[in-house]
Amino acid sequence: MDDIRVEELTRKFDDFTAVDRISFTVPRGELFGLLGPNGAGKTTTINMLSTLLRPTSGTAEVSGFDVSRSRDDVRKSIGVVFQEPALDSQLTGRENLEFHAMMYGMGRDERRRKVDEVLALVELGDKAPVLVQNYSGGMKRRLEIARGLIHEPRVLFLDEPTLGLDAQTRRHIWDYIRRLNEEKGVTIILTTHYMEEADYLCGRVAIMDHGTFAALDTPERLKDVLGGDVVSLEIKGGAAGLEAQFRALDWIRGMAVHDGVFSLTMERGERRIPELIAQAQKSGAAVECVNLHKPSLEDVFLHFTGKTIRESEASQAERNRAMMRAHRPRRGR
Amino acid sequence: MINLTAVYVLWLREMKRYFRAKSRILGSLAIPFFFLAFLGLGFNRMPVPGVGGGVNYIRFLVPGIIGMSLLFQSIFAGLSVLWDREFGFLKEIMVAPVSRVSIVLGRIAGGMTTAIVQGFLVLGISLFVGFRITNAPGVVVAFLFMILVSTSFIGLGLIFASRIKDMQGYSIIMNFVVFPLFFLSGALFPLGNLPRWLHILSYADPLTYGVDGLRGSLISVSALGVPANLLIMAAVSFLMVVLGAWSFETSESR
Repeated sequence: MDDIRVEELTRKFDDFTAVDRISFTVPRGELFGLLGPNGAGKTTTINMLSTLLRPTSGTAEVSGFDVSRSRDDVRKSIGVVFQEPALDSQLTGRENLEFHAMMYGMGRDERRRKVDEVLALVELGDKAPVLVQNYSGGMKRRLEIARGLIHEPRVLFLDEPTLGLDAQTRRHIWDYIRRLNEEKGVTIILTTHYMEEADYLCGRVAIMDHGTFAALDTPERLKDVLGGDVVSLEIKGGAAGLEAQFRALDWIRGMAVHDGVFSLTMERGERRIPELIAQAQKSGAAVECVNLHKPSLEDVFLHFTGKTIRESEASQAERNRAMMRAHRPRRGR
Repeated sequence: MINLTAVYVLWLREMKRYFRAKSRILGSLAIPFFFLAFLGLGFNRMPVPGVGGGVNYIRFLVPGIIGMSLLFQSIFAGLSVLWDREFGFLKEIMVAPVSRVSIVLGRIAGGMTTAIVQGFLVLGISLFVGFRITNAPGVVVAFLFMILVSTSFIGLGLIFASRIKDMQGYSIIMNFVVFPLFFLSGALFPLGNLPRWLHILSYADPLTYGVDGLRGSLISVSALGVPANLLIMAAVSFLMVVLGAWSFETSESR
């Protein structure tokens, strides 16, 4: 059973295509990640799937309901945690949750029970009677995640759930998200531009850039595309013989030598380092320095888009500025 | 189609926000109080031109200032969609599985309640500057006018909220729509004193009928008479609510 089915989904804003014919499915209970820089189209995708924005073309179904035709059915089966805070800061934490529960038609007893339950889950029970304007950023985020769960949605959308939070709070929220997915079986669609977040949490990741998917697979398989870990050895003397020696080892998938530095691609590099050093000693070469680089999704992003995520964000900002210039009314005519 | 729980919870939210912001209530009573105290007491010894004897300026002014409070509070309630959009809470409302009509009705119910509370608070204040309620049933009729005036201008607020997207638009509306509506409504002076073209223009201002009706019901002075005013305000209110709901719905489902 697929909770999300998306086919050729497209959204245009005037001439600008924010999402360009993406297709994917998410089976029940998966934790699916949309990874990409700001402006890649992640939030636009989430907004279409959560009925806030109408697709320009293409179709999308959420737990079997079409997002354009059965909006209320879609709304009933999803929970959304938006990128920007969406709390009423003049209400208390509990009141925000009560408001939500009532909007979703829950009766008094059920409401009270569920509100207490989710408050306990995000450890905000003692802060429940405090006005949200006095909450920290991390507390607000946790309250929003709690709110997204009250009505027990089948599908939960988390748009940049840890954006701007400190490392400790981020860890905390990751643990909640994981537990939700594993213990309650909630299907989760998460957007992020943090590589380590997608790597840590997601079963499958779609790499999104300029409104399209550059790749879609499990984090491991995406990293495998790069061929494995890279071990760099800095060698003094006897390099020529060593090259032939390394070439004879079948587990070394790739080799590059540059200025006496060997860059070797292999799987499970940390376990191979002692053997590499032994090989070097055998050929009479001295190893000066060893460096192990595990491929990250950052490398994967670079591989598929030809840019680092940071460069991509910079060029996006450049494009936005160009767009603003184009739309600015001309004067003096 | 209409989800009563949703209407109720949206109304409840407005109540909590309104009664929690004590300083805002106090602030919103300051302007009516200053009008009544300074304008009212300052002109009180002068006869009101065009109105029969025995009506001093305070008596004439109080229904006008109630109308002014309703106008400001209601437009503000309609425009509060802008704040919800700015602070993100609108998304929480829009993604909920309730009909858009329920959302509009909840907002109208909330705004109407705060505007009417405001209207009665001003009526209460007026007692301290020398206003007397002489005909008690008239207060019930005034209550009806308060409902119609507030719903009309919440509707207008919703229309504006769907057309403007930022806070600059807000001050433009306050300066170029709300204040002219207020001054043109006859809240401060009898409209008969205006030049003919301005007098005609004032009939295009819905608040004119609201103020004239409030005056008719509270001090039995009215240019058009209470029934005519009620009828016109009811029609205006219906039209504004429908247009406001339609504007909200079309602008939020892009």
